[in-house]
Amino acid sequence: MAAAPNAYKPDNKALAWIEERLPIIGFMRSATTDYYAPKNFNVMYYFGSLALLVLVNQIVTGIFLTMNFNPSAAGAFASVQYIMRDVEWGWLIRYMHTTGASLFFVVVYLHMFRALMYGSYKKPRELLWILGMFVYLALMAEAFMGYVLPWGQMSFWGAKVIISLFGAVPVIGNKLVEWIMGDFLPADATLNRFFALHVIALPLVLLMLVVLHLWALHEVGSNNPDGVEIKENKDADGKPLDGIPFHPYYTVKDLFGVGVFLLIAAFIIFYQPTFFGFFLEHDNFVPANNLVTPAAIHPVWYFMPFYAMLRVIPSKGLGVITLFSAIALLFFMPWIDRGKVKSWRYRGVSYKIALGLFALAFIWLGKIGGGEGTWIGDTYIGRALTGVYFAFFIFLWAYTYFGWEKTKPVPLRVTTHD
Amino acid sequence: MANEGVDHGRRRFLTATTAVIGGVGVVAAAVPFIESWEPSARALSAGAPVTADIGKIELGQMVRFAWRGLPVFVVNRTKEQLAELPSLDPRLRDPQCKEDQQPSYCKSTWRSIKPEWLVMIGICTHLGCVPDYFGEIRPEPFDAHWKGGFFCPCHKSRYDVAGRVFQGVPAPLNMVVPPYHYIDDTHVRIGVSPKGAA
Repeated sequence: MAAAPNAYKPDNKALAWIEERLPIIGFMRSATTDYYAPKNFNVMYYFGSLALLVLVNQIVTGIFLTMNFNPSAAGAFASVQYIMRDVEWGWLIRYMHTTGASLFFVVVYLHMFRALMYGSYKKPRELLWILGMFVYLALMAEAFMGYVLPWGQMSFWGAKVIISLFGAVPVIGNKLVEWIMGDFLPADATLNRFFALHVIALPLVLLMLVVLHLWALHEVGSNNPDGVEIKENKDADGKPLDGIPFHPYYTVKDLFGVGVFLLIAAFIIFYQPTFFGFFLEHDNFVPANNLVTPAAIHPVWYFMPFYAMLRVIPSKGLGVITLFSAIALLFFMPWIDRGKVKSWRYRGVSYKIALGLFALAFIWLGKIGGGEGTWIGDTYIGRALTGVYFAFFIFLWAYTYFGWEKTKPVPLRVTTHD
Repeated sequence: MANEGVDHGRRRFLTATTAVIGGVGVVAAAVPFIESWEPSARALSAGAPVTADIGKIELGQMVRFAWRGLPVFVVNRTKEQLAELPSLDPRLRDPQCKEDQQPSYCKSTWRSIKPEWLVMIGICTHLGCVPDYFGEIRPEPFDAHWKGGFFCPCHKSRYDVAGRVFQGVPAPLNMVVPPYHYIDDTHVRIGVSPKGAA
C-alpha cells in the first residue's frame, strides 16, 4: 500500500488539487494498473477476490438484518421469523446472509488449499499466510457467534458445546465458561454479548486483518501455479516480464468468476436455501430449550472436521488440545515445510500424495463429524483420520528437513500457455 | 531543537516509567470491562434454591426439574436398578466417586441421600449436553449389556443409573449431584445441603 514514489500528477486541475493533499489516485493506481500480477493465474486464483465479494455481501445484508433483529433470548427467534415472513424482502436478505456465510467458508477453504498446492505460504509470503490464518480464525469466531443469534435449538446447544470447550482449561475452566456466558447457561447475557461481538467487534477486526493481508500481498506480490518469483525477471522499465497489470487484466478475469459465483449463489438462495440442512440445520427451526438436547448435535458443516476430532477422542482435555492444535499447526506451515520448491508441479510425488491424503482426511472427518456417530466404526476411522491429519505435518517436516524430497527443476520463467 | 547534551539515561528512564504507568492504567481501565462479563446480579439471584415435589414420580420414572436454568434429574430407582449398580464397577471410570462431583453426604455407590431417589444435574460432563434416560435393563443399540442409565446423544457418553460414567467414552467425570435435602418425604429442596452437612 506504499504510495508510489514517483508521485502521480493528474492533468485535471481539481484532481491535481486533491492529489497534492491526499495522494489517493496515485495509491489506487499503484494497487491496480501499476500492480503487476503473474500472467499464469489459473482457476484456483479466483477465491481471494470472491472472499472479498462475500465479505461485502455479509456486511451489507448484516446491516439490514440488524434493523429488524431483536437480540434477546425472549425475542430473537420470533424476530428472525418476523424477518422471514413479514419484512419486505426480509427472506431474501437473510438467505443472502446465511448462504453467504457458508460460501465464505467454501471459498476460504479453496483459497487455503491453493496456498498448499503452490507453496504460497513460503518465503517471502510467511506473514501473508499468517495474516490469512488470523482472518480464518476471526471468521470462525464470527460465524459461530452469528449462528447463535437466531436462538434455535442448534444455536443454543452449539453455543453450549463450543463454550464448554473452554472448561478444559485447568483450574479456571469453569469460571471461564461462566464468564463467557455471563450466566450458568447460555442466556440473555450470552446472546446480547455475542450480538455485539458479531455485528461490530469482530467485523472491525476482520476488516483490519483483510487490509493487512492485502497490504502484505501487494508488498511481496502474488505467487503463481509455477511458484516462480516474477520480480526476478524484469524488463528495462522495471516491469516484471511475466507480469500483467492487475487492472484491467485480472479485474476482468475476476468479474467472470464473480458472474459464475453469483449464479451458483443465486441458485442456492432461491431453490435450496437450507442446502439440504447443511447451511441451515433443521433442528434450528425449533426455539432454544435448555432442558432438551436435540437428538444429534453437530455444528455447521465448516466446523465438522474439527468437531469429529473432538468426538472420537475419548478424553475431554486431549480432545480439546487436538482440536486447537489442528488449527494452530497451520500457522507454522512456513517453517514446518523446509522445501525450497514452492509449486507441487515441481515437488516430489510424495508431497502430492500427502496433500491428497490430508485433504481426504479433512473431508472424511467432516462426514464423520456431521454423522449420527452411533456406528462404532466411525470412531475408529475418525481416530485414524485424525492421525492422518497430524501425520501430514510430521511427514512434511521430515520429508523436507532430511532432504528426502526429489524435486524437479523449476523453470526460470512461468510456463505460459500462449 | 538541538540534540547535544541529551541525557540518554534520563530519557530512557522517563520513557520507561511513562510506559509502565500507562500500562498499569490500561490494565486498571480494562478491569471493569472484563468484569462486566461476569454473571450479573439478576443472573445470580435467578440461581436461588428451588423445591421439587417428588410425590407423584412412579417407580422407575424420571422427572426433570429446573434449577439455575439447569436440568435436575430426579429418578425413583427400582430395586433391580439398584441391585445392578455394584456389578458395573469394573466398567466405570470412577466407581468409588473419588472425584469431587457430589456433596460428601452423597459419596456412595448410589450417590444419593436415600438410595432409591437419585437427584442429579442432568448435564453431560463432556460438553454440557443433556443425556437421555434409558431406565430399562435390556440390550440397547449402544450397549449390549445395558443395566439402565443415561446416554448422551451428542457424543455417545454413557452413565449408569447413579450417573457414574463408563470407561471408553468422551465424558471424563461422573455427572454432578447438586446440594439438596429433604423437606419432608415428598419434597426436595435443591440448592441447599441438609443442616450440619457440607
